[in-house]
Amino acid sequence: MSVTLLIEQLINGLQLGTMLFLMASGLTLVFGVMGLINLAHGSFYMVGAYVTALATASTGSFLLGLAAGVLAAAAAGAIVELLVIRRLYRRQHLDQVLATFALILIFSEGTRWLFGSAPLWLSPPEALSGSVALPGGSRYPVYRLVIIAVGVVVAAGLYLLIAHTRLGMRIRAGESDREMIGALGVNIRRLYTLVFALGAALAGLAGSLVGALQSVQVGMGEPVLILAFVVIVIGGIGSIKGALLGALLVGLVDTLGRVFLPALFGQFMAPSDAAGAGTALAAMLIYILMAVILAFKPKGLFAAHD
Amino acid sequence: MCEPVLSMTGLHKRFGALQATQDVSLDLRAGEIHALIGPNGAGKSTLIAQIAGSLRPDAGQIHLGARDITALGVARRARLGLGRSFQVSCLAEPLSVLRNVMIGAQALQGHSFRFWRPAASDPSLLAPAHAALERMHLAHHADTPVAALSHGERRQVEVACALVLEPRVLLLDEPMAGLGPEGSARLTELLETLKEEVPILLIEHDMDAVFRLADRISVLVAGSIIAHGDGEAIRRDPRVRDAYLGD
Amino acid sequence: MTRLHPTTNPAAQRPSGTGRWLDRQRLVHGTLLALMLLAPVAAHLLGEVFYINLASRIALVAMAAVGLNLAIGFGGMVSFGHAAYFGLGGYVSGISAYHAFDGSLVMGLPGSNDMLVIWLSAVLLCGLLALVIGAISLRTTGVYFIMITLAFAQMAYYFANSWPDYGGEDGLPIYLRNTLPGLDTNHALSFFLVCFTGLVLSLALTSRLMKSRFGAALTMARLNETRLATAGISPFPIRLVAFVISAMITGLAGALYADLNGFVSPSMLSWHLSGELMVIVILGGVGRLYGPLAGAILFVMMETLLGGLTEYWQFFLGLVLLGVVLFARQGVIGWLAGSERHV
Repeated sequence: MSVTLLIEQLINGLQLGTMLFLMASGLTLVFGVMGLINLAHGSFYMVGAYVTALATASTGSFLLGLAAGVLAAAAAGAIVELLVIRRLYRRQHLDQVLATFALILIFSEGTRWLFGSAPLWLSPPEALSGSVALPGGSRYPVYRLVIIAVGVVVAAGLYLLIAHTRLGMRIRAGESDREMIGALGVNIRRLYTLVFALGAALAGLAGSLVGALQSVQVGMGEPVLILAFVVIVIGGIGSIKGALLGALLVGLVDTLGRVFLPALFGQFMAPSDAAGAGTALAAMLIYILMAVILAFKPKGLFAAHD
Repeated sequence: MCEPVLSMTGLHKRFGALQATQDVSLDLRAGEIHALIGPNGAGKSTLIAQIAGSLRPDAGQIHLGARDITALGVARRARLGLGRSFQVSCLAEPLSVLRNVMIGAQALQGHSFRFWRPAASDPSLLAPAHAALERMHLAHHADTPVAALSHGERRQVEVACALVLEPRVLLLDEPMAGLGPEGSARLTELLETLKEEVPILLIEHDMDAVFRLADRISVLVAGSIIAHGDGEAIRRDPRVRDAYLGD
Repeated sequence: MTRLHPTTNPAAQRPSGTGRWLDRQRLVHGTLLALMLLAPVAAHLLGEVFYINLASRIALVAMAAVGLNLAIGFGGMVSFGHAAYFGLGGYVSGISAYHAFDGSLVMGLPGSNDMLVIWLSAVLLCGLLALVIGAISLRTTGVYFIMITLAFAQMAYYFANSWPDYGGEDGLPIYLRNTLPGLDTNHALSFFLVCFTGLVLSLALTSRLMKSRFGAALTMARLNETRLATAGISPFPIRLVAFVISAMITGLAGALYADLNGFVSPSMLSWHLSGELMVIVILGGVGRLYGPLAGAILFVMMETLLGGLTEYWQFFLGLVLLGVVLFARQGVIGWLAGSERHV
């Protein structure tokens, strides 16, 4: 295995990690501030991708499409929060799991109803369709590097938002003491709607960006959702820092495992067996990672909450 | 006189910058009530948690009889004979008083991996549970769900739950709170006879009850025992007046 | 562990005068069971094999949910990964039949198409898997428990998906239904009776279990684990054993389910299946003995009736489920049988 392959896979892992962070940060914020576990987060990812694909097709501009997708996801988040989610804050986790599971069914089947089962196509903008040379000679698509850059910018923005703005202060206060923030005269219902919509917008952004790499279809949010859950559980639910670290860890381990484990097994097994065992183990790798981390740190790496 | 039934030596517990327990040594002898008093925030709850096993001390040992129980968990200590009641009642609220007490009788008879015979009608569980309720004057509430009881009554259920374990030591955390004068007097009377069977470490805010009941008193202030002696000595101790009775 | 149930409830306020309600409960439970038994017999007389198989499906899904209900409803352990046991049971059935069919060995043992052998293996393997998963997962609480059980099930899912020997993502067909001594399992009504017996036994086992000392300890572990520990009983082993029994019941249902369909695939291990089992438990009423049966009847009927009307029936399932969670928390059994769950 060459250095080039390693570098390429490292960047791939980084790209998966940044996308997972966009998903996980919303999930973890919503859990940290409102104590809500939201399975329907993957639906906002899907909404973002669909609207971006449709708007890009009709306007011809990826950037306009992207803006529309993010806004639509935020709007969907706000509406869902107003209609359903706010009835769930004081409920048990079991109720939250089921109600948001119901939302997945509604979103997925509703989308299939409207747009059919066939995937929509969304391609990256012309300007970003090229590739750049990597050290070692192979070429890497510019668009994927841009995705990483967007992820980094969003992570930085989120950090600034939470650490240095009024809204961020309220979010932090909401995490530590829900009663007090109400007593301070903050409109807590509006804060919750805002945080939920922000999370949905981030998920929509991730869906839109990834939609241009893969196909846009019903159910696309679910694998990402489960990965994002693994991320926040590893990082410690409620912790943005944990989400960032967990996302990078999961992104890298998953990507590198899939490429290098079968090769590694090939060193001491028959090639056909190695491919099977390596692939099987690689598919399970991040779950094993999560189980090991939780066995030692039952509340994740950066536990912020009970 | 005789070997202490429960003893703590050199307990330390620190939370970040807060020294919650500082070199606490205490013991409890057969036949006595040893009261632990102290102002709010003195570290009584932290100390109780260490004795009961829900908190590990940073340093020091706890012995039940001759046995070092410092490293044992809550359930293990309970099986060895440590009965306790909670300051904020800790019961299964939807269940009847009887079922809350019966779980202790069940624990006393060994492991709970018995899957077949119905437990609710088992006379070997019912008899001791009823006896404990009788003793706490709660017999008429046996079938009442805990949720329907007053705070004072819940405290009494807690004591019944502890009694049914046939404990070697009782750790009672403010059992008088919420009882009212009549209930308080009745409980005082009960504890006086009870101490002959089981020595009691009593944490209590009701100073009248403390001075009437306690054979010895220890005063905890800011995590340390600042005074120790019988009621008279404690009353006279200037440090106690300063730190506790004074304010 | 997450506190699952409200601390006060109307039934608990009524001392012991529950006689009338108990009758209504028994009536509803008896009616459900009788319906489950008589409908397929009627279908048999009318020659409608489709409906017999539908009843078998209901019985097995209900049985799987009875297992999950022991963990969620009675034990307060919100497992989002019971598909792992359902699927493992299914794969035991499939793999055993596969090796019996071509005469090859699996880990040095011959395959078997005797259901008794398969059931025993499925129950033991599911118990073993749940022992490992439970021992790790039960160290965590709340959302972490939900997520880690989900993660373990996903592990099993991806493993089955990418392991080529038994069909990978295409799944594994069972060409000939496994056999039972003295019974023609290919006969739809006979096979239904096997499934129905499994369901009744799992209900009886759960009922007996929850009345025993073990059940008393498990109930206390759910309602107030500190009280249990203070009485001298460690909550962890109690929960772990309940989790294992729960997985065994669900796994046995899975083994039969694979035989019903003549097919096992990773979809039996998917998180959608875990979710659906939870939905069934909730639709029926959490922690109510017959809740899973009522939930399964409702779920499979909706699937069949709505599914016949529209391809997008799950859209409506979502709406119904949302309505139940938000507004009708007692579930179907609560609505039919009145009264509160027995605590």
